[in-house]
Amino acid sequence: MDLDFDVVDLDPVDHPEAGDTAPDFTRPLVNDEFWEDESLASVCADSDRVVLVFHAMDGAFPATYIWNEIRDRAWHEQATVVGVSISTPYEHKQLLEEREIEGDYRLFSDPANGVAQQYGIDMDLDGMAGIEEPRPSVFVLDSDRTVEYAWVAENWPDFPDYDDVEAQL
Amino acid sequence: MTESDITLYRLQACPFCERVVRKLHEYGLDYQSRFVEPMHSDRDVVKRLSGKRTVPAIVDENTGVTMSESANIVAYLERTYGEGEETAGGVA
Repeated sequence: MDLDFDVVDLDPVDHPEAGDTAPDFTRPLVNDEFWEDESLASVCADSDRVVLVFHAMDGAFPATYIWNEIRDRAWHEQATVVGVSISTPYEHKQLLEEREIEGDYRLFSDPANGVAQQYGIDMDLDGMAGIEEPRPSVFVLDSDRTVEYAWVAENWPDFPDYDDVEAQL
Repeated sequence: MTESDITLYRLQACPFCERVVRKLHEYGLDYQSRFVEPMHSDRDVVKRLSGKRTVPAIVDENTGVTMSESANIVAYLERTYGEGEETAGGVA
């Protein structure tokens, strides 16, 4: 397709790579019934494999598409899949319901974007003063938080290579 | 995450919940907060635990107690963790 515009190129960033240990963090983790502070370390400790998905604000089209795709591919059958966005727990509850993924997936709420900063993947949003988001990213982790696979967006918008991620599961 | 023996089911900005929180702090008790659905009819997690959809509700694995209603919970905490003085029974 010949488009007479370019998607936004993002500058390279220094993020956790395969072999690194993913930074630990604690944030409210939202499930279908409640939310409570939970650490990534404890999520990993309870699972052989964790997929950590940083995504755009709940309600943005990339957030909708990414969770529809993950739902349709049923990643939850092969791994513990958790999301992170800057949306509040209330919005996360709504996303879980609207995407019909409640019970299968849980979402960390990180309104101040501190987790993205820890991971080196924070990104300003043009025209939204005072708001930043994580760059779209996917990390596949083992139970010790060792990164087995990392994908961080280089364009905006950009979507993960779902087949690539699946190959790691 | 941290395995606290006490789990408090609470609602954001619920004064009855805050009353229980103050008591937990007063006694220096370690607890885990779980924030539940604001819509009363959707609070199934609390219903399963306590038989009612009201918050606050508390689960204390030290004693095996699950209960709701802040006055009851506060009385229970005083009775169980209060300094010495046994509160007179039957405070329900």
